[in-house]
Amino acid sequence: MADSPIAVEHHNPALKHHFADMEQQRQASSLGMWLFLATEIMFFGGMFCAYLIYRLWYFPDFAAASNSLDITLGTVNTAVLICSSLTVVMAVRAAQLGKRQQQVIYLALTLVLGLAFLGVKAVEWTSKFKEHHIPGPTFNFEGSNPSHPDQPVDQHHAQIFFSLYFAMTGMHALHMIIGVGIFSYLLYYAWKGKYTPEYHTPLENSGLYWHFVDIVWIYLFPLLYLIDRKK
Amino acid sequence: MATAAITAERENYLNQEYGIKSWLLTVDHKRIALLYLLSITFFFFIGGFFALLIRLELLTPAGDLVQADTYNKLFTMHGQVMVFFFLIPSIPAVLGNFLVPLMIGAKDLAFPRINLLSWYLYIIAGVLMLHCMLTGGVDTGWTFYTPFSTAFSNTKVIEAGLAIFISGFSSILTGLNFVVTIHRMRAPGMTWDRLPLFIWAHYATSIIQLLGTPVIAVTLVLVVLERALHLGIFDPTRGGDPLLFQHLFWFYSHPAVYIMILPSMGVVTEIIPCFSRKRIFGYKFVALSSISIAVFGFLVWAHHMFVAGISLYAALIFSALSYLVAVPSAIKVFNWTATMYKGSITFSTPMLYAFGFVGLFTMGGLTGLFLAALGIDVHVTDTYFVVAHFHYIMVGGALMGYLGGMHFWWPKISGRMYPESLGRLAALIVFLGFNLTFFPQFILGYLGMPRRYWQYPPEFQVLNVLSTAGATVLAVGYLLPMVYFLWSMRYGKVAPDNPWGASGLEWMTTSPPPTFNFDKPPVVTWEAYDYEHIPAPQEARSGG
Repeated sequence: MADSPIAVEHHNPALKHHFADMEQQRQASSLGMWLFLATEIMFFGGMFCAYLIYRLWYFPDFAAASNSLDITLGTVNTAVLICSSLTVVMAVRAAQLGKRQQQVIYLALTLVLGLAFLGVKAVEWTSKFKEHHIPGPTFNFEGSNPSHPDQPVDQHHAQIFFSLYFAMTGMHALHMIIGVGIFSYLLYYAWKGKYTPEYHTPLENSGLYWHFVDIVWIYLFPLLYLIDRKK
Repeated sequence: MATAAITAERENYLNQEYGIKSWLLTVDHKRIALLYLLSITFFFFIGGFFALLIRLELLTPAGDLVQADTYNKLFTMHGQVMVFFFLIPSIPAVLGNFLVPLMIGAKDLAFPRINLLSWYLYIIAGVLMLHCMLTGGVDTGWTFYTPFSTAFSNTKVIEAGLAIFISGFSSILTGLNFVVTIHRMRAPGMTWDRLPLFIWAHYATSIIQLLGTPVIAVTLVLVVLERALHLGIFDPTRGGDPLLFQHLFWFYSHPAVYIMILPSMGVVTEIIPCFSRKRIFGYKFVALSSISIAVFGFLVWAHHMFVAGISLYAALIFSALSYLVAVPSAIKVFNWTATMYKGSITFSTPMLYAFGFVGLFTMGGLTGLFLAALGIDVHVTDTYFVVAHFHYIMVGGALMGYLGGMHFWWPKISGRMYPESLGRLAALIVFLGFNLTFFPQFILGYLGMPRRYWQYPPEFQVLNVLSTAGATVLAVGYLLPMVYFLWSMRYGKVAPDNPWGASGLEWMTTSPPPTFNFDKPPVVTWEAYDYEHIPAPQEARSGG
């Protein structure tokens, strides 16, 4: 049996008791985050799969419904999100270099861009609501297919497009809202000076999450907005 | 030596702290395992209660105890509770939680707080499920098939869907924790080919949990949205496709079968070498067969849909792939028997459960091959043949393994021995009761009795009475261990550190282990299952 208690030297107050050193702790957290992102890919994968099937079946109606989306707002939002990923990277870099003020500024910018994205999304959804493009009993779609303007658009099939549109952008927006929550938390602790060049794993992992949500949008944008666009 | 340590009543994870708060806020993987043990036992008896009502109704051909609507709810909630609230968490969340860090020589799982979070998610989901059951229940079958679940059922589909959605997150977090722990927290010298095969089985299980569960999550979200907000994705009257639902559902729910059975295989792989006093036969094959079951498990889901209207060519391919899963499963069975060959076998309680597992799993697996064959599947689809088949896997396999594991590691978990003779008796009762319950169902199904009906033609009555009689025997077999486990916590003989003379790091610490598992961080210099060098204990040999 043991004669002496285990001597654990706490080099860093952020080191949890069950890890041997900071490196093991960092690697565990990082692997955990990547695995979590793998589950997220499978989660969105289910919806992408449904999208793919219906798009193949009902292409003309999907094209018509897609053309009714506001491409300007969609493009602006794409740009906003890509910029926010840049500011996240800059914030992580600032933490690595130990520059607290820069860290705070970049995190704040990320939050502003994330909220801007959600704001634009809210505007888009409101207009969908006014146009009766919300699936359900009041659904009514009057657009036409850019390639075949003379063919009537199947209401049911257009409704499936909008079902998927709202399910996918809705799930994406939910992830954005969670991201905004996480980054508010990070901003507070960055301001308190918690993240140092030795310990900034939460910042790195949250950054991975943010990039993931960004990448989902980079797929959603062409799939939902850019079907058979003529102009 | 062992008794000296015990009289001092040394500090362990159970007596280090007392009080309800020290349990509800614990981040110790061993305490969280016990929290899970209590909660899944609770749900096991709820699911069992529904099962007994089903069997009582089927005692007579007429619908007399309950009517069709109630019967539909009974089998739905039996399935949902047993699958999502008992079988899926059972071995991973209880024995896995307790043993994974111990077996690899770690102080805890990689993310102790996430581990606690996963238990709380399970409890939230469980409370939601209970509320759903008490206020009306669900009648869609555990499979939630659309469009019935989205457009026609008048029961609480949304609530049940959300409950299972949340329990899925609990399952994902457990799997994530295990994968990271196994990758990053192994003790020095604990290389991949020295890992206990229980760990390999849990690694494979965790991969399925990680990659499969999110798909059922999104599927249930779509069902809930379709029901609540009238999306049309699965509604055939509006251009949607119910088959898409079935594809998405089974993409998770078939691999989920392996979430239930792989950990049991891991348990049995620990028990058999120990009570045969032999090194496991073909370590690498057993390890890799777990991984290949996980991989193949993802490629066979559409064999649940042979009569649903998928194309013949798709059906052919899925049929062939389903046969392939039999290969790694058979490798395991052969290796277990080869391990026992010329071994010095003790018929102790865990070993009896392991014997039961090997036999019943083999029968369940072989009847699975019948169902993978397109022609036979058409004949027996949606009959009691299918019901008997998957109960042989899930009850005869998964549950037997769970009980065997509970007996094997109970001395380590509680620090007490259970009464060996009662243990053997219970194992025998479970085995007999199980076969009496489910074997007649193979015949019933083959004769054409469909599943999910509350009444049946009188000529099926004899076999149904046998099945119901078996279910009551089975109930006794399940209650008995609960009683003597509880009894042993107070009156049982104090357990030595290694009562079975088993290999594995978990037996090298005290029973019960200290909070941080080992007094000194272990360093591994030997191969797994090194039974040539471990003396068999006299006690286990003489029996009770």
